[in-house]
Amino acid sequence: MEEEDIDLLLNDLFDLYGYDFTRYSRASLKRRIIRLCSLDKFPSFAELRYRVRNDPSYLKRFVEEVTVNVTEMFRDPAFYKSLREEVLPVLGTKPFIRIWHAGCSTGEEVYSMAILLKEANLLRRSLLYATDLNPSVLEKVRKGIFSLALMKQYSESYISSGGTADFSSYYTAQYGQAKFDSELSEKIIISTHNLVSDSSFNEFDLILCRNVLIYFDKELQDRVLKLFDASLGTLGYLALGTKETLKFSAVQHKFKQLNREKIWKKII
Amino acid sequence: MEEDHLNHTCEFLLIGGSAGSLEVLFRLLPLLRADLPFPVALVLHRRNSGDSTLSELLASKTLNPTQEVEDKEPVTPGTIYLAPADYHLLIEHNRTFSLDYSEKINFSRPSIDVTFESAAEVYGPGLVAILLSGANEDGTSGLTAVKQAGGMAVVQNPDTAQMPFMPHYALTHLPIDHVFDTIEMAAFINSLT
Repeated sequence: MEEEDIDLLLNDLFDLYGYDFTRYSRASLKRRIIRLCSLDKFPSFAELRYRVRNDPSYLKRFVEEVTVNVTEMFRDPAFYKSLREEVLPVLGTKPFIRIWHAGCSTGEEVYSMAILLKEANLLRRSLLYATDLNPSVLEKVRKGIFSLALMKQYSESYISSGGTADFSSYYTAQYGQAKFDSELSEKIIISTHNLVSDSSFNEFDLILCRNVLIYFDKELQDRVLKLFDASLGTLGYLALGTKETLKFSAVQHKFKQLNREKIWKKII
Repeated sequence: MEEDHLNHTCEFLLIGGSAGSLEVLFRLLPLLRADLPFPVALVLHRRNSGDSTLSELLASKTLNPTQEVEDKEPVTPGTIYLAPADYHLLIEHNRTFSLDYSEKINFSRPSIDVTFESAAEVYGPGLVAILLSGANEDGTSGLTAVKQAGGMAVVQNPDTAQMPFMPHYALTHLPIDHVFDTIEMAAFINSLT
C-alpha cells in the first residue's frame, strides 16, 4: 500500500462523508487501514476503496476500526490519585462542576471519573460530557456495561489510585458482564463530537483528553488544544495522556503544569 | 565483517528485546562509543509500572543522551530513545516519533514488530535492526520487513541468550546478516557510520 493510495482514500472520505483524517498521524493510520484490509479480507487496496466509496453503511465500520478504541478504567492510577487529591478539592468549591471527556471511546475513563466524584461527594452537582466521533462506542458508554473479566485488574488500579471502597459495590455482575450503577451513568451526557471539525460547545472546569492527541499530527494537535483552551473557564484544568504535552503548542503560555502528572491549570 | 557494511550507512539503529534482554543492554551500552552518529531506539517488553526508572537506569550505562520517547519528538542522531511502557512506537516519514495505544501485538505493547516495520518504511536500507533475548515471536516479522526494505538484520547469538527463543525464531524464519554475542555486537555498532 503506497502513500498515494492512502491519500486517495482520505480524499474520498472527506469528499463523500465529511470525515477528515488527513491530519491524523500517518504511520498509525496506515497500520490501521492495512489491518482493516486484512480483517475484512479485501484482496487489494482498490477493493477497500471501492467499498468505502460505494457502501455508506461500511463507513461506520471503517471509522470504528481505523480509530483506536482501546481504553481502561483507572489507567495510570497515579494520575487518578492526583485528580482526587489536587483537582477535585478545588473543583469542590464550585456550585456546579462540568467535565468534558473528549474522545472518550467506550467510556471506562468517564465511569472512573464518576466514581471519583461520588467518593468526593461531588457527583450530585457534577455533569460529565462524554464525546467521541464514533456513535457505536458511545452506545457502550450509555449502557455502562464492561467485561467482568477485567474487573480484577480495574479494582487493583482503583485501589492504587487511592480508592478505599469495595470496587465491586459500583457494579452488578451478571452473565460475565459488569453493569455500572445508574447513579453514575445518569450524570453522563453523551454526544458525538469530532475534534477535527466540530467547535466548542460549552465551558468546562475540567477537560480530559488522554491518548487521543497521539493520533494527530502537530498541526491538528494545536487546533484541538486551542479548542480546549476556548472551552475551559479560567482556572480550569486540562488533563492529557502520560506521553502527551502542551509544550511547544500555541496555548502553552496560558497553562501551568500542576505536578508530575499531565494535568495543566489554565492561568489566563 | 568490515567489508559487509562498508557501503552500509546506518541512519537508524533499532534494538528489540524481551525477557533476558536488559542484562545484555547493561553490558552492551557501556561498550558503545560516546558520539554515535545515528539515533538508537530500544523497544523492550516490560511491565507497565508507570514510572520511568528504566530510562534513568539505562542512561547511567552510557555517555550518549538517553530518554524515553515523547509523542511527536524528532528522531535526533546521537540520542538513545526508549519506547515508553504500554505504547507502540512508530516512526513518521518526517522522522518524528508517534505513539499508539492500539491492541497488543504478540501479546506485547510496545511490540517490536510494529516499530521495526514502521521504521523499515521510513529508513529502508539505512536501517539496522537487532533482536535480543526473549521468549516470544515478536520481532521476526519486523526483521523480515527490515530485510525487504534493504536494511540489515542482526540477532543475538541464541547460545548466549538467557531466553534463546526469540533470536532463534528469527534465525529459522529469515536470512540474518549477523549473529553476535554482546562483545561482537558492541564492536559492530561502533563500526557503523
